[in-house]
Amino acid sequence: MKIRHHERSDKIELSMTPMIDIVFLLNIFFLFTFKIVLPEGDFNVQMPSAAAARAAEPSELPPLRLVMKAAPTGQLADLRLAGRSFGNGRDAFAQLQHYIRTQVVAPGGGTPSEQEVEIDADYDLDYDYIVRAITAVTGYIENGQPHKLIERIKFTPPKQP
Amino acid sequence: MRIVRSKLATSAEMDMTPMIDVTFQLIAFFMFVLNFSEVDTDQRINLPASELARPPDAPYSQPLTVQMTADDTILFAGDEMQPDALQSALMREAQIIKAYPNKKLADVTVVLRADRAAKTGKVQEVIQMCQKAGFDMFALRGKQSDVSTLIEL
Repeated sequence: MKIRHHERSDKIELSMTPMIDIVFLLNIFFLFTFKIVLPEGDFNVQMPSAAAARAAEPSELPPLRLVMKAAPTGQLADLRLAGRSFGNGRDAFAQLQHYIRTQVVAPGGGTPSEQEVEIDADYDLDYDYIVRAITAVTGYIENGQPHKLIERIKFTPPKQP
Repeated sequence: MRIVRSKLATSAEMDMTPMIDVTFQLIAFFMFVLNFSEVDTDQRINLPASELARPPDAPYSQPLTVQMTADDTILFAGDEMQPDALQSALMREAQIIKAYPNKKLADVTVVLRADRAAKTGKVQEVIQMCQKAGFDMFALRGKQSDVSTLIEL
C-alpha cells in the first residue's frame, strides 16, 4: 500500500490581533487599578473594658497622667505630664520625650515594665496629637535603632463637652 | 521628463515580538504589585504620621478594620455609617465571631484607621463601643514617617 504524505507547504499565520487586544485591555485595567499606597504601621494598645481592667492585677506604680488640653480649633493648647507643663510649642512633644528619657526612665536601665501612661485628652483635640503623644511616650529611634520607653498606654474615658 | 514610480508591492509586516514582550513584562509587574490586602483602606483618610509606626511582624489572625474620616463618618464592613450606628454593627460582628467554633473574640485585633483631623473624643467613643462589644486589642494605625514627628515643621 502506498502511503501518501501530504506535505503542507503553506505556512500557518497566527493572528496576533485578538491576543494583543486582550493584553492591552489587561494592561489598561492594571494601570487604572494601580495605586501607590504609603506604608502604614500600627501602635498596638491593649485596652480591656473598664470592668475587666479593674479585675486585672493593679500596677504597683501609679500611672503617669498625660493631660492634653485643646484649643477650640482642635489645636493643642497645653501638654502636661504629672503636673509638669510642656506648653504647646512646636517642640512640646520633643520636650516631653526628653523629660521621659531623662527623668522617668532610669538613666542606665530600662523602664519598669509596669509603668503606665494614662492619656487624658480633651474631646475636641485633633487625633494627630494623640498619635504624636504616643510616639513620644512609647519610644524613639536613635541611629536607626528603635528604643522602647513606656509601652503601657491607656485612655481616660472621653469627656463629652 | 518621465517620473518613475516605484511600486511597493511587498506588504510591510511589523515585527510584533518586542512589543508583546514589553507588554507582558508590564502585565507581570502590575500583577505582582497588585495588593489585595489594601482593599479595606480608604483613600479619604489622611492618617497621622509617626516614625515609630511599624507594620506588624506577623499579620493579625483576626483583623477588624474600623475607619473614621475627618468629618466623623465611620467606615466599617464596607458600609458608611454615623457613629451611633456603629455599636449595633459591632455587636452583630461579635455575635458572628462567637458563632464560629474556631474563632475567639480575644483573638480579634481592631485596626483603627482614624483621620489625623478627627476628634479624639470621637475616636475614644469608637474604642469604647469596641470594648462594649467585647474587643480589647487595638492597633492604632498611622503612616510611616522617615523624619521625627515630635517637632512640628
